[in-house]
Amino acid sequence: MIRGLYKAFQGNIMAIPGRAMAFFCLLLLCFVPLVTQEPYILLVLIFVNVFAIYAASWDVLAGFTGQFNMGQGALFAIAAYTAAILSRDLGWVPWATIPCGALVAMLAGFIIAIPSMRLRGTYFTLVSLTFPLILAGIVLVFVDFTGGEKGISGVSALCQSRVAAYYTTFIVMVASVLAMWKFTDARSSLIRTGLAFRAIQEDEISARCSGIDTTRYKLAAFGVSAFFAGISGGLYVHVMRVAGPMMLDLLWSFSPIIWTIFGGMGTIGGAVTGVFVLYPVMELLRVIPELRMFVYACLVVLIILFMPEGIVPWARDKIEKQCPRCKLINAMSRQECRACGAHLHTERKKLETVKD
Amino acid sequence: MLQMILLRGAMVGAVYASLAVGFSLIFGVARIVNLAHTAFFMLAAYMLFTATSMLGLNTFLSIVISIVLVTAVGVACYKAFLERIREHEGAVILMTVALALAFQELMLLLFSGVYRGVAPFIAGNVDIIGVTIPIQQLLIVGITAVCLLAVAAFLYWTNLGLAVRVTAQDKEVTNLMGINGNKTAMISMALAVALAAVAGAVVAPTYVVNPYMWAHPLVMMFAAVILGGLGSMKGSFIAAFILGYVEVLVVFLIPEGSFIKGAVALAIVVVILFLRPEGLFGVTFEEERL
Repeated sequence: MIRGLYKAFQGNIMAIPGRAMAFFCLLLLCFVPLVTQEPYILLVLIFVNVFAIYAASWDVLAGFTGQFNMGQGALFAIAAYTAAILSRDLGWVPWATIPCGALVAMLAGFIIAIPSMRLRGTYFTLVSLTFPLILAGIVLVFVDFTGGEKGISGVSALCQSRVAAYYTTFIVMVASVLAMWKFTDARSSLIRTGLAFRAIQEDEISARCSGIDTTRYKLAAFGVSAFFAGISGGLYVHVMRVAGPMMLDLLWSFSPIIWTIFGGMGTIGGAVTGVFVLYPVMELLRVIPELRMFVYACLVVLIILFMPEGIVPWARDKIEKQCPRCKLINAMSRQECRACGAHLHTERKKLETVKD
Repeated sequence: MLQMILLRGAMVGAVYASLAVGFSLIFGVARIVNLAHTAFFMLAAYMLFTATSMLGLNTFLSIVISIVLVTAVGVACYKAFLERIREHEGAVILMTVALALAFQELMLLLFSGVYRGVAPFIAGNVDIIGVTIPIQQLLIVGITAVCLLAVAAFLYWTNLGLAVRVTAQDKEVTNLMGINGNKTAMISMALAVALAAVAGAVVAPTYVVNPYMWAHPLVMMFAAVILGGLGSMKGSFIAAFILGYVEVLVVFLIPEGSFIKGAVALAIVVVILFLRPEGLFGVTFEEERL
């Protein structure tokens, strides 16, 4: 059985350069606290973990069903406020408040999904922008319950030590991202949703004609997206120990979009990569506090201008090659497919024969 | 009270209308969701502030200079950043957000976060239908109305305007008829930014000029555009006035209403969209229909 696992590992992870790299990066991240216990670095990494879930949750919806949700912050904030209130008023532990917050966010996600089933494309994009703003109005009106501008403080801490908090968020991040990736992976043999999303994305009418209940699949994507946004919101509130209305700012909802598009939409890994690159860059820019946002905005502009697809698809095209016959992914360096032996670089071969 | 609401609503509505019509125009023609639209509005207010308060130019001259400069900046942004990524909808949205942020930070760097004020174009008050209001507020309604009429005249009575309107209807066929899509997109961008700049310049004396002043108008403009129906300029215009009046009513009638003026207006938009998903005057496009 161990040999079987090892073989699966070899074939499914090591043979595909992108996955192998992701695997080694995760492995490295496991050992960070052994190298340094600097509280600030750990805190940045904790936030990176939390926001990786947040960005990936946005990608589930936008990258795979084309519903460009600009109000993801509303779901994040709903979960954060729920967790904070449960923790403050009822004294629940984080293990209970975070899932509860996520479930409430999921419920909210379904409520948001109802108008989206009727709105198309840009309409939904624009309407979704209003959700966090409406919520902000509600938060400011019910001051007694939500703390208004000041927010809710006195939320219990996620873990006693920062290293423990780091490992907790790291494990939750890996588990959530793997779950979201499986949920949207078109090649998955476990679950068929990814295939359906791919079909909806390519051509919604044809997908519906082929018997895919597109409405139900979109609802499922909404639910999953909202649930994981809620998980990250709950984690965040227990790390920060404060829930405030700044989560309902426009920038809070735009952040996952910036990270995901930077990393590459429609690849859960892209969203995570985006956070792992951009969030630390944002922190590094704190050395020039006045110029920080300006440099960040210019960086985003340049990246979109030169890589509108995002860095993960851009890098993937450089290191991976799909077998033209059996559709298996191979390393770029290979000449022949690792399973069926077909020539991988047929285009290049053709050019050479013409020259001869 | 009633007269006050009527006048204030007309003023707020006129500002939203000139923003929303421009946004609608550029969305209809180039399919660009321009989130930086109100950033140009802010830029115009700052340019006016620089020209009048810091350089000491005369009011009329500085209005013209700021509008022309902002329009030039808008067209330059379109040429440099937006034209080549127009096909990627997500990238365009993100690009415009980044541009808006960049402008905001640039203003923060140049003028710091201090609240600035601009002197009214014509000082003094005037009595109309029983209430006294500053002349500046009447100027806002008057100038935006003239500009909107001018844009309407351009769109309906000139050949270039015809090209812009047909591009909004069907891009492929328009291209086949020999109309340069990129050129019409650029013209509509210039028009849209000019409208935003006019709005920014005329409201500058009544607003607190600060680097974050683009956020609230952006949201209200969005709401107006959705409510009116995407791509319909008439719809945007009417919806802008509806939302302007709603906002003013909430502020006047509900205690602490100014906190929730945005939320109430947006909630109305969401409710109307439940009943009529394509907005009040929306048209569904062939390729977007399902």
